[in-house]
Amino acid sequence: MAAKETAASGNEAQSKNEELDIGNLIMEHVTDSYEWHLFTIGNHPVAVYLPVILYDQGHWIVFSSSKLKHGTASYKGYHVAESGSNVGKLVRMDANGKEVLPKFDISITKTVLAIFINAFLVILIFLSIAKSYRQREGKEPKGLQSLLEPLILFIRDDVAKDSIGEEKFERYLPYLMTLFFFILFSNLFGIVPIFPGGANVTGNIAVTGVMAFFTFVITTVSGNKHYWKDIFNTPGVPWWLKYPIPLMPFVEAMGIFTKPFVLMVRLFANMLSGHIVLAGFISLIFIFGTFGIGYGYGVSIFSMAFAIFLDLLEVLVAFIQAYVFVLLSALYFGMATEVPEH
Amino acid sequence: MQLINPGIGLIFWMTVAFLIVLFILGKFAWPAILKGLKEREQSIREALDSAKEAQEQMRQLKVDNDKLLKEAMEERDAILAEARKMKDKIIGDAKGKATDEASAIVESAKEKINTEKLTALREIKSTVAEYSIEIAEKILREELKDKAKQKQYIEKLLKETSLN
Repeated sequence: MAAKETAASGNEAQSKNEELDIGNLIMEHVTDSYEWHLFTIGNHPVAVYLPVILYDQGHWIVFSSSKLKHGTASYKGYHVAESGSNVGKLVRMDANGKEVLPKFDISITKTVLAIFINAFLVILIFLSIAKSYRQREGKEPKGLQSLLEPLILFIRDDVAKDSIGEEKFERYLPYLMTLFFFILFSNLFGIVPIFPGGANVTGNIAVTGVMAFFTFVITTVSGNKHYWKDIFNTPGVPWWLKYPIPLMPFVEAMGIFTKPFVLMVRLFANMLSGHIVLAGFISLIFIFGTFGIGYGYGVSIFSMAFAIFLDLLEVLVAFIQAYVFVLLSALYFGMATEVPEH
Repeated sequence: MQLINPGIGLIFWMTVAFLIVLFILGKFAWPAILKGLKEREQSIREALDSAKEAQEQMRQLKVDNDKLLKEAMEERDAILAEARKMKDKIIGDAKGKATDEASAIVESAKEKINTEKLTALREIKSTVAEYSIEIAEKILREELKDKAKQKQYIEKLLKETSLN
């Protein structure tokens, strides 16, 4: 009787596990991890193991993520948290039996590796293009150069020059170009499903946060007198909104921070949702597959049709989001350096 | 929660990676690319400008040529007209002169003819007179061969003279 019960509950747990698996699968796809999971053959997951680098309790701890056995084992007292606010991160048990984060965790995770690959490719591509420009001086563009030249011209003329102005845009151009192509290539590589693509780089809030922070720093540093005056003594606003309670200055000062915050969230949310929805459509096949093989094949037609449509949509979104991020950054720089015409 | 909870490590590596990309591209790629684009645009603009200028020059040249041609034609016409006038004048002059000369020649010829005629007449007259005298002499000699007749004739002459 008891054995039967355990078996039933075990079954229940198993079926529950399988249902959860889809959610976990999607989450696993879009979140960061210590290894790069490629696929699973039978019960053996195949993954690229990445180095774990921790600084905790006064010394450095470095080991391969293969030691964690896909998050099921602990190594040197560290294991991947399965729940709580630190879920997915390496934690250790403190004296009270509570999970605590190591002081610094600068492991080369999946997303970090994807960032490196992406950075490397962007550098490679643009150094080769720069070489073509040097070698083919004054001649027509060729190959990769002619593929990316329209984008370079677009960022230079329609984004930077129009938003910042003829005199000052050249100072911000290297940053805007790097930003645009870094985001664009990250977005596009994220759509490629095969390693080393497919990582959710720009759908990660840390990545978009860093870029938004750079935009924030550059905007703040290049803000001129006029920019700060507009914030703390906003023109065209009734005086009672500024004195005795500085309502407008407060709102405007908030705006300094909300602008980059919005940049961060917009890119992050767009890319993340794209990945989630795509993974969801693919997962539908397997969910229906559990009802019967026929269901799986039947649904796969519609699922694939939607997935292809979404993939194409994602390519569009990849361009749009990179464009929007850079356009808004350029607009903020333009606002910060604007000289009023009197 | 996991999704909106940025990891320190990721922030760190992203910052490092992005700064490296920014540095390398900012130093080795963007200046060359932007300079190349700018130079090409400038050379295209210059080429277009110079083409336009050349066209303008061609147009100006053509206008000049046309003007020159027109002037040359006008000059030619003027020269031709003058030549025609001169020709007419020369012909006219020559005609007048020839007429004058011809009439002068005719006049002098007439005069000469007159003189010759008068001379001839005089000569004829004198010759006729000589012949008449000769004939008269011969006749007289014949008539006055015998003395009777001489006498008769003298008498007759005397008679006639006395009658006068």
